[in-house]
Amino acid sequence: MAAEALLSIRDLAVEFRTEDGIVHAVDGISYDVFPGETLGIVGESGSGKSVSTMALLGLIPQPPGRIASGTAMFQGKDLLKMSQRELRRVRGDEVAMVFQDPMTSLNPVLKIGYQLGEAIKTHYPKEPDDKVKSRVVDLLRLVGVPNPDTRVNQYPHEFSGGMRQRAMIAMAIANSPSLLIADEPTTALDVTIQAQVLEVLKTVQEETQAATILITHDLGIVAEMCDRVLVMYAGRIVEAGDVNTIFRAPRHPYTVGLLDSLPKLTEDEEWLRPIPGTPPSLINRPSGCAFHPRCFLSQGRPRCREEVPVLHAAEGTGHNAACHYSDELIGHQSKFSDPVEAGSGA
Amino acid sequence: MLTYIARRILYSIPVLLATSFLSFTFVTKAGDPLANLRANPRTNSPGVLKHLAHVYHLDQSLPIRYWYWLQDVFEHKLGQSLLTSQPIWPDISRAIGHTLQIVLLAQVIALILGVAVGIYSAIRQYSVFDYTMTSLSFLGYAMPTFWLALILQIIFVDIYLKWHVRIFYTSGLNSGVTSSTWSIDRLQHIALPVITLTVVSFALYSRYMRATMLDVINSDYVRTARAKGLPERLVIFRHVVRNALIPITTVTALQFGALLGGAIVTETIFTLDGMGFFFINRLQANDVYAVMAYIIVVAVTVIVFNLIADILYGVLDPRIRYD
Amino acid sequence: MTEPTAPLDLGTPPAVLDGMPIGVPVSVDTTEAQGMELTARSQWSYARRRFVRHRLAMIGLLGLIVIFGAGALANYVAPYTFDQIDLTNVLHSPTTVGHHVFGTDEIGRDYLSRVIYGIRTSEQVGLTVAVVSSIFGLFVGAIAGYYRGWVDNVIMRITDLVLTLPVLVVLLTVAAMLGRSGSEWTIVAILAAFFWTPICRIVRGVFLSLREKEYVEAAKAVGAGDMRIMFRHMLPNTLGPIVVNGTLAVADAIIIEAFLSFLGFGIADPTPSLGKLVAGGQQFPQDWWLTVIPGLVLVMIVVCVNFVGDGLRDALDPQQRRVRA
Repeated sequence: MAAEALLSIRDLAVEFRTEDGIVHAVDGISYDVFPGETLGIVGESGSGKSVSTMALLGLIPQPPGRIASGTAMFQGKDLLKMSQRELRRVRGDEVAMVFQDPMTSLNPVLKIGYQLGEAIKTHYPKEPDDKVKSRVVDLLRLVGVPNPDTRVNQYPHEFSGGMRQRAMIAMAIANSPSLLIADEPTTALDVTIQAQVLEVLKTVQEETQAATILITHDLGIVAEMCDRVLVMYAGRIVEAGDVNTIFRAPRHPYTVGLLDSLPKLTEDEEWLRPIPGTPPSLINRPSGCAFHPRCFLSQGRPRCREEVPVLHAAEGTGHNAACHYSDELIGHQSKFSDPVEAGSGA
Repeated sequence: MLTYIARRILYSIPVLLATSFLSFTFVTKAGDPLANLRANPRTNSPGVLKHLAHVYHLDQSLPIRYWYWLQDVFEHKLGQSLLTSQPIWPDISRAIGHTLQIVLLAQVIALILGVAVGIYSAIRQYSVFDYTMTSLSFLGYAMPTFWLALILQIIFVDIYLKWHVRIFYTSGLNSGVTSSTWSIDRLQHIALPVITLTVVSFALYSRYMRATMLDVINSDYVRTARAKGLPERLVIFRHVVRNALIPITTVTALQFGALLGGAIVTETIFTLDGMGFFFINRLQANDVYAVMAYIIVVAVTVIVFNLIADILYGVLDPRIRYD
Repeated sequence: MTEPTAPLDLGTPPAVLDGMPIGVPVSVDTTEAQGMELTARSQWSYARRRFVRHRLAMIGLLGLIVIFGAGALANYVAPYTFDQIDLTNVLHSPTTVGHHVFGTDEIGRDYLSRVIYGIRTSEQVGLTVAVVSSIFGLFVGAIAGYYRGWVDNVIMRITDLVLTLPVLVVLLTVAAMLGRSGSEWTIVAILAAFFWTPICRIVRGVFLSLREKEYVEAAKAVGAGDMRIMFRHMLPNTLGPIVVNGTLAVADAIIIEAFLSFLGFGIADPTPSLGKLVAGGQQFPQDWWLTVIPGLVLVMIVVCVNFVGDGLRDALDPQQRRVRA
């Protein structure tokens, strides 16, 4: 892409010290985020997807956690080298985060309006109160909270789950960030509410033109919302590329397995096909490719056990995969090879 | 909210009655008011004893005696001592005043210090300060108050004997002439009991505050606050402390209620004219009505402060709404 | 490798993809060493591990073993009996002469021995009260929490009543009632009568929350009787708080007994009790060891018990999130 990257991450590694050993939560990942795009990060629990973004904002508690290496260039500065004070200016202003659980992510004893206002006043303390208040009401209206003028004076427990998440989103975009990170924003909500919240995210993106990193384990959400997607496994990126290509022609056995484990509504399937085995321990990772113990493509070939595969351009598709034998998946069409239309379906 | 309070008050009346009846049963069995007279050969003529027994209603059954007492409570503001025929109220109100002064002072100091230390320990977890204060809290919490009181007494008596300087007094409320409530003399007298009471309460509050703070610091909404870019100072005070203080107010209210019964042992050691001292004296004299008056006052205090604790909780935490 | 044309047919497991067996991880033997989670430890061994790691708890445990051990083995450990009077050696400060490491009291009795016997009394009271009240509170709380309804109401009102009565007050009146002749076991009984209430509340709370859980419904659906459900399914969840509470109750009981003895209402002579020893020392403020030493022992007991209780709480509470680096 010709446009310049908004955020450039290179070789980011994050580890945690625990009683049982050092957990390598993120093991050397690199990617770019371009202005205005929606980048999805997909993976199971423990794949490192949340940790990698929290590290950007310095939200990893440093005693057990540690940023072992890497750079994250944002607007000309390396986020990972910034002091807490500098990071505070970035957080909530240029880069904002929406978290997973709206029930616990809002302070129960402070009013919603206050908490939203706080997001604004932290970065623009000179703004007069009434302006802040009206902006807060506008934000609530933008995200679709009914009766924003009255709701603004309510407490979080008086909001439903979906409304709380909307309020969180409103709080995140209060200062028109150029990058919005949404960490599993709909996981804690039920399906119908999920759809609404995703709509809100789309609206918000249109309004602010912010780039979005959308972290999820739900491939359906990725299909609907994202332009590009990264697939993570055991702290590493195993596949990266634009959504259509990956869904149509995955080049990593993990991605293949993920897609195949989804039931397809338009076909008659008798068996669900999960990926065999369990996610690896991050303290004691498999040598070489982290996925090889569960991989159907590997077949015990020694290279998988000995050499860590590097992200390289897969043949013919223009996207990247980290598998020694990704070429063997050429021609393999996933069951979702019908073109995915963004916005179709709930 | 008002209906809730009304309901609680109404509900406490049968509890009070039951408590008082049970207590009455215990207290009357605790001793014989006529024991001294019986023992003394000059006063133990059967006629006199019988007459006194009648006056004290000792010849009636328990429920009837209880009923007499209950009537007396309403007639004479908490009753009139059977033994001295003096109204109880003036003595007990004076005792309450003294105990109140000591407990109030001790609790305020313990609370301020405890909360401050708790907050700081939580922010600087695992630091030298934290470990020191935690250890001290353990010690303070473990120390029986009577022992601490005695140690303090010994120390200050020693100082006086060696250097003839009275820093703090080790007994009584005043030296000679009754001093006013906040005079230097009075403060010198209550300093040691206040210190004794403060230590245990401080240990409790600081440990509690630290635990609550640590709990809250790991909450998701604190992470949100940080993600918004709030300076750490505001994160701690506006978000963490605000939430952590809520359980503390409950504990404080309950402590206060409990302590107003008079720190019996501390008052005995320092011979202070407070509730605890009152209780022990009257108990030893078998002055049933006076002991009952004490028990009722204490029970009411506990009930009232329990109610205050619950109300405070409802006020501070918007999630709790009483209907 | 021939090019597969059909979508991956993972069919009935295990199936074949153009000759490649799938559904079975090929490198099965290397799985063991290669990062798979293996050992399933039981809850108790996790708890034990965590407890042992807790330095303060281990110190406390050690202290308790020493102190309580001395008390339990008083007859062997104490150099003298507690009532051996020696009027030639009155009010001696601590010294190594004649093994009077803690000195002697006003009628020449060896203080070390008296303190040791006092420890024995304290530990007997403390442990008995804790055990008895825990068991009683467990049963009552279980019934209240499981059956709810009027049984629960009645029990709750009783506990309310017990809690409203100020402990010391009732104790003192009862003790006065018995004159100065209360035996050790009377005190134990009275204390236990108060101490069961917090356990009852805790157990009841746990049962109340658990009875709605699915596995209780499942057990009922299978036809399990009430008793069985209560014991096998719900009780184990209460053991954690009960153990912690019971441990701390030991310290509380010992302190209250000390208070009572100090005020003269506790255990009758000649059995020594730490509280009585402190009280006795009041008349001789110059002979500091009479008051300081038994009190110090009391403090140490309570501190050690609290350490152990804290360690147990850490070990048994799965929600602790503190990471010890």
